[in-house]
Amino acid sequence: MYVAVKGGERAIENAHRLLAHERRGDRDVPEISLSQISEQLSLGVDRVMTEGSLYDRELAALAIKQARGDLIEAIFLVRAFRATLPRFGATEPVDTGAMQVRRRISSTFKDIPGGQVLGPTFDYTHRLLDPQLAGAGSPEAPATAEPLASMPRVTDILGRDGLIEPSPETDADAPVGDLTREPLSFPADRDLRLQNLARADEGFLLALGYSTQRGYGRSHPFAGEIRFGDVEVEFYAEDAGFAVPLGAMAMSECQMVNQFKGSATEAPCFTRGYGLAFGQSERKTMSMALVDRSLRARELEEEIKAPAQDEEFVMSHSDNVQATGFVEHLKLPHYVDFQSELGLLRKLRAEFFEAASEPLKEAAE
Amino acid sequence: MGATAEDAIDARRKAAMTVLASVAGAEIARCLNAIDLPAHAELREPENGLVMVRGRIGGDGAPFNLGEATVSRAAVRLATGEVGFGYTLGRDLAKARMIALCDAMVQSRGYADAVEANVLAPLRAEMLARRSRKSAEAAATRVDFYTMVRGEG
Repeated sequence: MYVAVKGGERAIENAHRLLAHERRGDRDVPEISLSQISEQLSLGVDRVMTEGSLYDRELAALAIKQARGDLIEAIFLVRAFRATLPRFGATEPVDTGAMQVRRRISSTFKDIPGGQVLGPTFDYTHRLLDPQLAGAGSPEAPATAEPLASMPRVTDILGRDGLIEPSPETDADAPVGDLTREPLSFPADRDLRLQNLARADEGFLLALGYSTQRGYGRSHPFAGEIRFGDVEVEFYAEDAGFAVPLGAMAMSECQMVNQFKGSATEAPCFTRGYGLAFGQSERKTMSMALVDRSLRARELEEEIKAPAQDEEFVMSHSDNVQATGFVEHLKLPHYVDFQSELGLLRKLRAEFFEAASEPLKEAAE
Repeated sequence: MGATAEDAIDARRKAAMTVLASVAGAEIARCLNAIDLPAHAELREPENGLVMVRGRIGGDGAPFNLGEATVSRAAVRLATGEVGFGYTLGRDLAKARMIALCDAMVQSRGYADAVEANVLAPLRAEMLARRSRKSAEAAATRVDFYTMVRGEG
């Protein structure tokens, strides 16, 4: 029997009104603007764009404001917005080698062509709270030097000598997997896995990547290269008849260089893992590259024994919108479900006590 | 028109679009104010949509879907027949429309020079200056390694 229960409309309406009031906070404090969020909380915006799987700084900033700074809620809002717009198609694959670099480092080669460019980084800061930031201030203008020349990818340099495995080649006949269009099925190819990891929760990937470092599916990683900067994006427009430029996008990329592998027929060479994300999302791309590599266990004929090597486990639990939906649905009314459990439990307990009292009765007789 | 002439025009249109997509819509509007705009009609009303942005495995391998981006597009036709297309990241419909108009003017004998002088040249200079400034700021954070000499020479 299905019993519809009505009620609570006024409570819900007032709860949302209270939420809006709390979101605004103390009304004597100036309201935060989207451009303030976008400019001054920019790494939070980058994370919402990456995991919301939608590149649009202003929308991500709006989502953060609406979600009161709860980034998973903001990611949820952005994902829901995606569904309101038609998709015109897919871009040409971006060329990260042509990135206008704002940061580029390698932990494998000190003297890479183009050099080690630190860019705007928390690295080498002392992680001491800065009391000066508590007040308003105007930081010094950045130092400048002769503009940078182009930056070859470190993996291209290693690749010239065959020391590292080449990237998988394009198969013109195979369509690019898209998990927003087809439900996940296993085993999943690397293109689908990377799409899943790109929108995966940063904390989840960080923990999995960390677990591989601690021995649960060890892969002996080096950060071959990490780069962040602007990449031009082009879209083949049917009407124009050529690939039209859409503008530049900020992206981060991590090339992990991992333990080498060889066989009777192939000379040993380094293997690799790859990470790519919107904005400046370095921890995300490093974690993604570690997990991309560990998920290649099947392909590289490694024993699958750790969570980070299990693609079904990783891909089914990486999405924080799905995860939060299922975890948080527990707080929605389950009155009827619970009533039936309660009825069953009462019956079982009655049976238990009845059985427990039997021997006593027998003894008494 | 031969294939090479057509390619040259496409290359010119693409170069113009690169400049226009890189700046804010308000900047294009400011520059367009200096031109007596040709008569034109909307061929496709400006609209918002999404594109799936693709990367390559390992940076240079097979493509994969990274995530989507908002885009705007529009198309216009000049009274003289040239058709222009406007595409840009983001949700600025007016910007897409202005890019389409500029694209049509780039192909028009009568307007190509005016759009180059009043719109593309100043915006290109702005784009290059911005890129060069960002690059110069990054360059100042490049590490200069030096070796410490230890012990007695």
